[in-house]
Amino acid sequence: MKTHRLFVWLVLVTVLALVVAACAAPAAPQAPASGGAEEAAAPEGGESGEVLELNIYNWSTYIAPETIPRFEERYGVKVNYDIFDSNEELLAKLQGGNPGYDLIVPSDYMVEIMINLGMLEELDHENIPNIANLDPTFQNPRYDPGLKYCVPYQWGTMGIGYNIEATGGEIDSWWSFWDEKYAGRIAWLDDPRAVMGVALLLLGYDINTTDPDQINEAKELLLEQKPLVAAFAPDTGQILLDEGEVDLTMEWSGDIFQVMEENPAIRYSIPKEGSIVWTDNMCIPKGAPHKELAEKFINYILEPEVGAELSNYIRYATPNAAALPLINEEDRNNPGIYPPPEVMERLQFVVDVGEATVLYDDAWTEIKSAQ
Amino acid sequence: MALEATTVERPLATQPPPAAGTRGAAARWLLGLNALLVYTFLYAPILILVILSFNASRNVSVWRGFTLDWYRSLLAGAGTLGLYGDTGTVAQDTAELARNFQASGIVLALRNSLIVSFSATAISTVFGTMIALALHRYRFRFKGTFQTLLALPVVIPDITMGISLLVFFSLLFRLLENLLGLRMALGFATIIIGHVAFNVSYVAIVVRARLAGMDRTLEEAAQDLGANEWQTFRRVTLPLIMPGVLGGALLAFTLSLDDFVITFFTAGVGSSTLPLFVYGMIRFTVTPAINAVSTLMLLASMVLVLLSLAIQRRG
Amino acid sequence: MHESLSRRRGHRAQFWFLFTPGAFWLGFFFLLPLLIVLVYSFFTRGPYGNVIYRWTADNYARLLNPIYFQIFWQSLWMAVTTTVISLLVGYPLAYYIARQRQPWRNVLLLLVIIPFWTNFLVRTYAIMVLFRTEGVVNAVLQGLGVIQEPLQIMYTPFAVTFGLVYGYLPFMVLPLYASIEKFDFSLIEAAQDLGANGWRSFLRVMLPLTLPGIVAGCILVFIPAIGAFVTPDLLGGAKTMMIGNLTQQQFLKARNWPFGSAVSISLMVIVSIAAWIYFRYGEEEML
Repeated sequence: MKTHRLFVWLVLVTVLALVVAACAAPAAPQAPASGGAEEAAAPEGGESGEVLELNIYNWSTYIAPETIPRFEERYGVKVNYDIFDSNEELLAKLQGGNPGYDLIVPSDYMVEIMINLGMLEELDHENIPNIANLDPTFQNPRYDPGLKYCVPYQWGTMGIGYNIEATGGEIDSWWSFWDEKYAGRIAWLDDPRAVMGVALLLLGYDINTTDPDQINEAKELLLEQKPLVAAFAPDTGQILLDEGEVDLTMEWSGDIFQVMEENPAIRYSIPKEGSIVWTDNMCIPKGAPHKELAEKFINYILEPEVGAELSNYIRYATPNAAALPLINEEDRNNPGIYPPPEVMERLQFVVDVGEATVLYDDAWTEIKSAQ
Repeated sequence: MALEATTVERPLATQPPPAAGTRGAAARWLLGLNALLVYTFLYAPILILVILSFNASRNVSVWRGFTLDWYRSLLAGAGTLGLYGDTGTVAQDTAELARNFQASGIVLALRNSLIVSFSATAISTVFGTMIALALHRYRFRFKGTFQTLLALPVVIPDITMGISLLVFFSLLFRLLENLLGLRMALGFATIIIGHVAFNVSYVAIVVRARLAGMDRTLEEAAQDLGANEWQTFRRVTLPLIMPGVLGGALLAFTLSLDDFVITFFTAGVGSSTLPLFVYGMIRFTVTPAINAVSTLMLLASMVLVLLSLAIQRRG
Repeated sequence: MHESLSRRRGHRAQFWFLFTPGAFWLGFFFLLPLLIVLVYSFFTRGPYGNVIYRWTADNYARLLNPIYFQIFWQSLWMAVTTTVISLLVGYPLAYYIARQRQPWRNVLLLLVIIPFWTNFLVRTYAIMVLFRTEGVVNAVLQGLGVIQEPLQIMYTPFAVTFGLVYGYLPFMVLPLYASIEKFDFSLIEAAQDLGANGWRSFLRVMLPLTLPGIVAGCILVFIPAIGAFVTPDLLGGAKTMMIGNLTQQQFLKARNWPFGSAVSISLMVIVSIAAWIYFRYGEEEML
């Protein structure tokens, strides 16, 4: 009787001890040994001989190959680069507490949400003098006035990717998505706010409206169009277009440019009714172990050469005015990547709508469930 | 279960019974045809996947000519094994540099994936088999409830389990830090813990199916002949349940290797696995490099199978 | 159980030895986190998507909307189709494998699972290459002159069912194999000697004895298939919402953890009640 109880306790204690030991291990580098050096965050990695580590959490393949090795060399540090695949997952992950990241790269609306939830560290602009290199358009964004918490990394637009051989002409309106001619040849991006935003634009409303009637009207408009839809693509619209599975797709600019390089029939347009513009931003999450080093990294990215190299590789637009002259001429003169001012005026940011999120969510569930 | 009494344990390798006339032959022919069709069904997409790993396009799904570049870059990436470590390879042009750079990330992620799946499979196979044995051999209070609980990890949506583990770990870590001053973080250990938590159920269910209807006469006979518990298990029970254990382990390994959601929420700094890397690519382009790495894994597993076949035939 | 007292005591220790580690793991790393979800399902969504600690049953009340019944029904239907097809295809395959001589038996079994050691996403992309308008299947059919115009296969229920059966087949075959492999085939001969025909002896002898494997396989296919959504999204075009999408959408896009928790808990309660009734009153030996 007693022996088996004892045994059970033994097992429980052993398993617990093992788990504790195993979990504690990865945190070790941040713990006491290097504690002092961290605070100092000296450029050369502190005198303790311990190599400082910068933990970056970014999108996959969203950086130039040379960017990180050069930073590591210059500051004598080591960089860990982990990957997330959507803003929402990034948020959910960090809501459980910062697992040790120093730098994250959320999009505009997510920056706003994170600020509101108190998840971001304020930036010390003294450590980031290169902030002056930014284009004035990006110095004072709606989601973070005065860039207190974030610095724009890359930006781009959302528009229509289409196959000109199939459409027989240029597409310049979102209404094409309601054209019976393309029945079964249309893909939306599987993103409630983006798709609802287009419907709201077409109805002449603000894409960030919180008015239930306007949201309802947008829903009706999309329900009407649903029979024509081939797919709601999870950011794979450019592939469907390239494969010839659809003729029209709603997609982010850079995705379409990637397939345009290989498929001459593909075009990208920002519809005349307007569209969505986005930025991705470098932020420091609360609880970052190496805040100063992260600020150094932000400053480094803002150097003209580094910023240009980055954008030349990943083919999105740079918010860095000083880097612009170093951008490939081909990209710099591409109105799809750097739209002319009159197009810029028609672009809007999606911002968080707070309580109204539930309204959008209900509408979206109804649209997706409609037969 | 009246028929149970008639079930007798038999040696594992039974010879097929003699042909039972033309109907039996027709049935066997149909079975063979079904097997052939199923294997074709299973391997047709795999063949496409392998072909696409030689695709010269950056985009995984449209064929634009033959290339070995994805493999070449994977090898270069494997040479560095450290995400952005010393890429002192001979990168001539930017395109090649870019591919190598991406490949080193893939190789690191693959290494992480293998660490996680092998550990999770080992732990969950042992614990799952033990639970199945306990359920098979003993009646106890709340057995029905416990069996229901055992099915829950199969039911729970991935995202719910991922988020619940995330919240749980952060609460646990905060508690331990305040109480004992222990600093802990998400990482390999937490990923493995999460994987074991759902894999145990899969293993237990498969092993239990194998155990069902088995009686304990052989085991009791062994013990009457003086074998101790461990010897009985090692020599009698384990060989009997091996197909179930093997099946459970294979399922666990497969689930673990390909899991994205639960891994994402339990991963920490420096522990991104291959599925995390691949899903992260969706926003831009999933390149044929992933096909190449999948093909190499296929190749490696095929070689292992052939090797074990050769060993078994000789033995 | 007619053991002597000392032997029984030994058994008791053995039971705890076998039972404790796994049960502890499940209790600590599955049930405890699940309790958090249960508690969340009674809380409220804050304006920024945070969880506010204010009790409410609204999340469950919201589920009474017929639209969620429809979503549940669709997911259930999809899971049933997948399970039935997997069983019809998987049973003969498991049977075939179990009848082979030894080294081949293991090889054939491994060959069932090896395709799944490739990455899920590129595997699904490969299925899309097979099915799309300019894809392999259409090219072959057109080449053979079976069809003139390409068929629309992508974004149809067929493509979704194909993808799901493809993905879950090993979950059916492995437990079936484990169960069939131990079946004593001389029983079939005995039944046939007694005058039963092949089909009858299968139904009356083999099926009941391999039922545990069938049940296990169906559990491992049916239950995860209810929550499946990535395959339906990629191959079906995400035009219908499934339970899986709904939970995903609530936890991520809508940032409504309480409602997402309520959806998950409801799903688990429904499935558990069915499972519990089965374990309570069903065949003791059948899991």
